[in-house]
Amino acid sequence: MRILEGYGVTKHFGGLAAILNVDFHVDQGEIVGLIGPNGAGKTTLFNLISAAHNLNSGVIRFKGEKISGLKPHQICRTGVARTFQSVKVFGNIPIFGNVLLGSLFGTSTGMSSSDATREAMELLEFVGLSATKAILAKDLTLANQKRVEVARALATKPELLLLDELVAGLNPAETAQAMELVTRIRDRGITILMIEHVMKAIMSVCDRIMVLHHGEKIAEGTPEEITNNQTVIEVYLGK
Amino acid sequence: MMLEVNAVNTVYGKIRALWDVSLRVDEKEIVALVGANGAGKTTMLNTISGVIHPTSGSIQFCGQRIDRLLSYQIVKIGISHIPEGGKPFPDMTVHENLEMGAYSNETWKKRNETIEQVYRIFPILKERKGQLARTLSGGERQMLAIGRGLMSRPRLCALDEPSYGLGPLLVKEIFIVIKALRDQGMTLLLVEQNVQQSLEIADRGYVLENGHIVSEGKSRELLQNNHIKKAYLGL
Repeated sequence: MRILEGYGVTKHFGGLAAILNVDFHVDQGEIVGLIGPNGAGKTTLFNLISAAHNLNSGVIRFKGEKISGLKPHQICRTGVARTFQSVKVFGNIPIFGNVLLGSLFGTSTGMSSSDATREAMELLEFVGLSATKAILAKDLTLANQKRVEVARALATKPELLLLDELVAGLNPAETAQAMELVTRIRDRGITILMIEHVMKAIMSVCDRIMVLHHGEKIAEGTPEEITNNQTVIEVYLGK
Repeated sequence: MMLEVNAVNTVYGKIRALWDVSLRVDEKEIVALVGANGAGKTTMLNTISGVIHPTSGSIQFCGQRIDRLLSYQIVKIGISHIPEGGKPFPDMTVHENLEMGAYSNETWKKRNETIEQVYRIFPILKERKGQLARTLSGGERQMLAIGRGLMSRPRLCALDEPSYGLGPLLVKEIFIVIKALRDQGMTLLLVEQNVQQSLEIADRGYVLENGHIVSEGKSRELLQNNHIKKAYLGL
């Protein structure tokens, strides 16, 4: 089943076409990678899906229902959660509070505060941050702030999770652990669309990869097809 | 010796982030500072650039004690700190961001000349010079941050994850730029998660674990070290 699909998705910033007539889809249970050179429009596409930006034309559907046009909080409550490339944690509250906010305000049904507390604890443990739950989010490393964002996103009980550069700032050994986290999220029944630059990471977990360049989709396929695609090698991977 | 960090301790509230850390950077060297997420690398750079002051120990730059100076004074005497994630001024244009990097008196007079040098290194910034920084892509932001850091005409550049969020081709480009900066006479202290690539271009390196320096040496030797291979290179 197609959990997410977009048709003719287009976004202009002034005269610049950041996303131009892009069709895409994500099937339920998939891990799909979104790659492309810096400035290709990857984060913009995330911003369109999550309604941080409005589309100029085209349509985005989630589980068959049109979500383009909804407000960000409504999209979150329909079951689409995200993290941010430039992290957006609440710096002056402890990380536990950051996650709790997701449980309290991001779910479709709402949650009692005792359930939300339990949920937030469980999720901090899940992402490996339970030992630092009382620390202010701004005092964590950037890489750990990303983990807080993952827990906060999961707290909203999403069916689809958008991950924007989860492994940036991690060394190769830590990257492997982060990819294991991604797999465990999928094992909870959550579909994942992820932006990532580290090919080793992408290759190890993704079922399928889409490549953007100058706002257009230039390739799509299995990790193996993508790494052998001549255009992708030229514009992105290098020799 | 250009920069000498001597038995520095830095704390955040009750948490001690650096324990008796000593390191040095000689003129025209590239020195890599390697360590896991949370080891204290960014804290080390913050301590050098005066964002946070050490509770004990000393830092000298070209023979001058700098560990009690304020950040803007440290910039003036020739240290530029390029922070992780870039941190551009989002509502200023690319050009204005670069000008901000030249804010202190001496460099302000030379700003137009320096900006042209930066535009030669990163032509995309020239194309984008009238755009607000918030509209840049992640990679462009990173280039802007490096460019802004160069605007103060530093003698020592402390770079925190310059390849953060960059695609494979741009990562290569950034490392070429770093090498070129050194060839032009710049001294660099480099924090990077691309451990392999940073040790390959560095002369020497230090490994930081839980706030302690646990190993140091020539980069070539560190690359052969079994612990480093396993813990940081994922081999």
